[in-house]
Amino acid sequence: MAKIKGAIVIDIEKCKGCELCLVACPTDVIRMEKKVNGKGYHFAYMEQPDNCTGCANCAVVCPDGVITVYRKKFED
Amino acid sequence: MEARNIKLEEIIRDENLVYTKTSLMTDKPLSFCPGCGHGVAHRVIMEVVDEMGIQADTIGVAPVGCSVLAYEFMNIDMQQASHGRAPAVATGIKRCWPDKYVFTYQGDGDLAAIGTAETIHACNRGENMAIFFVNNGIYGMTGGQMAPTTLPGMRSSTTPYGRDVALMGNPLKITELVAMLPGTCFVARHTVHTPLAVRKFKKAVRMAFENQKLNKGLSFIEIVSNCNSGWKMTPVQANKWMEENMLPYFPPGDIKVNGEMVSKTAKSE
Repeated sequence: MAKIKGAIVIDIEKCKGCELCLVACPTDVIRMEKKVNGKGYHFAYMEQPDNCTGCANCAVVCPDGVITVYRKKFED
Repeated sequence: MEARNIKLEEIIRDENLVYTKTSLMTDKPLSFCPGCGHGVAHRVIMEVVDEMGIQADTIGVAPVGCSVLAYEFMNIDMQQASHGRAPAVATGIKRCWPDKYVFTYQGDGDLAAIGTAETIHACNRGENMAIFFVNNGIYGMTGGQMAPTTLPGMRSSTTPYGRDVALMGNPLKITELVAMLPGTCFVARHTVHTPLAVRKFKKAVRMAFENQKLNKGLSFIEIVSNCNSGWKMTPVQANKWMEENMLPYFPPGDIKVNGEMVSKTAKSE
């Protein structure tokens, strides 16, 4: 069965830690990092990369447009 | 079990790209507060301009308020207008260059209070342009004062006990107001707080620019947004509060399409 896997890349220096991506993610991939970026915000990161389907919901609601989404279909 | 060994490097390649910030947004970090709907509204408008390939032919007009900084982030030609006067300035630009795409990007204090006259008359004349109206129920940039769209009972820095309708009047539904004018072609209300809502908003923005191409008349799109700093909430709380309180009063959906009223609530009024 083909499997679709996704991945997101977050521009951590521009992330403002609003957590809207965390709410929008249907597969609960994103968490907020305990560390802070240069501006003092807790930035988002992929806690469970295996669950990401590349649906781009997080990137669509991100007010700062810091999320880039990739998706690939793997044939078994 | 092989799928478990997929490495991120295999997925993160240019050929697998699904979504990235459009190049029509500049690389400057947005100056808005964390979680502000302005960022999404900016990006979606620029995505549509990018998809239509009209970057060189689009002129934006941003007045005063949080929307003023649009020229820093939108990588197109922009003109700043005085407070509330963006529809008047955009009228001038559109009449000088009828083949350009002109839009204004305004907030609620700007469009519904200070520039009410300009807004209503531009809509009534049916200028062939687009107006994007971000409604967050408050004067965000100046410190959260009451705006015409502030809900009854809603607290702001000038109504610390909540808006008293007997004293301060009712919230202004300016979108329904301009929908009644014969000059407007497309009037809709959208939100940008969920992925679905953003995608619907994008279709509406596309329609607004397509209407301009066909000289159909004025397109007016209201975006009900949050102001988490002004409302003193976290972004997630603010979106929830908006869903529960703002959206019943300002219901999202098309109000007028191609000059025909489609909203049931607007018809009954």
